[in-house]
Amino acid sequence: MRDVLQWREPVPLGGTMGEPRARGRFGEYGGRYAPESLVEACREVDEEFREAWADPGFRGALARLLAVHAGRPTPLTPAGRLSEALGVRLYLKREDLTHTGSHKINNVLGQALLATRMGRRRLIAETGAGQHGVATATAAALLGLEATVFMGERDIERQALNVFRMRMLGAEVVPVTTGSRTLKDATSEAMRHWVGATGDSHYCIGSVIGPDPYPWMVREFQRVIGDEARGQCAAELRTGVPDYVVACVGGGSNAAGTFAGFADTPARLVGVEAAGGAGAARGRLGVLHGCRSLFLQDDDGQITQAHSIAAGLDYPGVGPEHAHLRDLGRARYVTVTDDEAVGAAVRLARAEGIVPALESAHALAWVIRAAGDGDLPAGSTVLMTLSGRGDKDVSTLKELL
Amino acid sequence: MTSPALAAGAVERHLRARRDTGRGLLMPYVTGGITPGWTDYLRAFAAAGADAIEVGLPFSDPTLDGVTIQQASETALAWGASTRRILADLAGARPPGQPDLGVPLVASTYYNLVLHDGPEAFCAALRRAGVGGLIVPDLPVHEADELTDVAAAAGIELVLLASPATPQPRLAEISGRSRGFVYAVSLMGTTGERAALAASAAELTGRIRRVTDRPVLLGFGISTPDQAREARRHADGVVVGAAVMRRVLDGAGPEDLRAFLATLRQALDQECDRPR
Ligand SMILES: Cc1ncc(COP(=O)(O)O)c(C=O)c1O
Repeated sequence: MRDVLQWREPVPLGGTMGEPRARGRFGEYGGRYAPESLVEACREVDEEFREAWADPGFRGALARLLAVHAGRPTPLTPAGRLSEALGVRLYLKREDLTHTGSHKINNVLGQALLATRMGRRRLIAETGAGQHGVATATAAALLGLEATVFMGERDIERQALNVFRMRMLGAEVVPVTTGSRTLKDATSEAMRHWVGATGDSHYCIGSVIGPDPYPWMVREFQRVIGDEARGQCAAELRTGVPDYVVACVGGGSNAAGTFAGFADTPARLVGVEAAGGAGAARGRLGVLHGCRSLFLQDDDGQITQAHSIAAGLDYPGVGPEHAHLRDLGRARYVTVTDDEAVGAAVRLARAEGIVPALESAHALAWVIRAAGDGDLPAGSTVLMTLSGRGDKDVSTLKELL
Repeated sequence: MTSPALAAGAVERHLRARRDTGRGLLMPYVTGGITPGWTDYLRAFAAAGADAIEVGLPFSDPTLDGVTIQQASETALAWGASTRRILADLAGARPPGQPDLGVPLVASTYYNLVLHDGPEAFCAALRRAGVGGLIVPDLPVHEADELTDVAAAAGIELVLLASPATPQPRLAEISGRSRGFVYAVSLMGTTGERAALAASAAELTGRIRRVTDRPVLLGFGISTPDQAREARRHADGVVVGAAVMRRVLDGAGPEDLRAFLATLRQALDQECDRPR
């Protein structure tokens, strides 16, 4: 399948990943479409985040946690054998090597510190793959907070390892039995729960979705991926910046954090969605979970269920900033199938000795396909964010391989 | 300057007129399309003494609803309910020349369904189906600009919600910009039956009354005649949703609902006989 959306040439630079405009807008997307009962809570998070982000003390405390607890900075790994086979120069930003095994910890440590600053004693989270849930449970344990994690029943089955990890870390895991019993419904249930718990709880959203300020705040907490990678590329690459920057997109947090480091460079930004959950590539304008963005919908305006082998990509929408980057032509959004992703996971394991999360394998699957069909010109340098490690997916893979 | 009562739309005029006679207002809710013959519930509600009827247009992801209305939405969607079909049913339920229900209809839904058709087309379709008001729980006042003028131009009264968490200056803005009535959310939570009226209900309605004389209806959690009676002490009336829909989901027909709503009607009438 060729991708329909192309860049407008030349690649537009700069100014596209700063603070959102008034009322949390990225172009026409974003906003705070929250029920009235949550509006004040969102305003408090916004106010506190702005203060904290401008406070060197907060930044310092977060940087230290990221270093001593999460293991940052993560390395940039040249994928030597795979590069040779594909005819491109592929570098992997190794978020799989963070503590808890995915980029989700970057955002969660930020929000958990913010929650303690706000005097909250409990974190609420939704999770799909369980990585955000595990990260939330971890941060809660680390900072002496409680954690309640909502997870679709279907995901509880396919990500059993992470459910156990969350419980071992002391978090309460609440099964969600409504709708598609995946990430979308877990998010709805977490929001419902938050309405009744704003007094003592912080809702720690796991991706660049939700009401303002979440899409912006989560991107800022994930910016560390892109900022580090930018510096590492400057040191490692002859050209200083890669030709292509690629990341998988569920809600879009690892991609947003990665892109943020390169928005003001000529690098071409590519977000890779699951074919069955392609909010950016196939969604229509809508409002869900507090923000205006692109969502998969039927002809009556009902949100349709996403389907992906990767639980973390099983979401029918995409963060508002990605919708905006798409409209601007600054980033391009492509899709890969379950089979392509599984194939890519195996290939990475055998060529580089790295078992990736199925989410991350989507990004690699596009690199492999695009290198093959010339979409990615021979000799291009490619930075790909490897958002997480594959341990959680072994039972899914075992059934298939 | 015209008085607010004269400038008001038809829903608000109707509610003000009834309130001004001392009557406690009753607005039952039904999920559109919940059964094939669902519009029979509207007639039963009117017969039980409803002052307005809220018709839910079901959405796949009702993020502010508790289990009962979630289930009702899912059931209606499984029957094939859609905005278009429900509005067609409504138009069919009040054929030209036949006596009207005599009760204003207020649609409620999530903003995605409004955006899907586009605010103009959506409001025009409501109007054609005889709907007078609209409630959109995930469209707070600061995002409502896109819909307010369009709704007003189409003759649709856009009802805004106020919450116990709403600070006073914002409450004044909501009360000023709301049309039809002010929807006071009684508690910090989702829709669904509760054992008692939340303490926050009295405090919130008191704060709203300080800034408007528009009718104020309390909703969320009001399930029994006792709760309706207590709510009436603070507000002009009540919205009853989950308590209706649980009965409908359990198989109760229009006649059963008429009987249930009559108990609420009676409770509200008793309360208004007492000095306030
Ligand atoms: C390893 C991994 N990558 C990617 C994602 C997708 O999320 P996002 O698009 O917000 O980065 C998830 C979500 O669970 C994940 O666990």
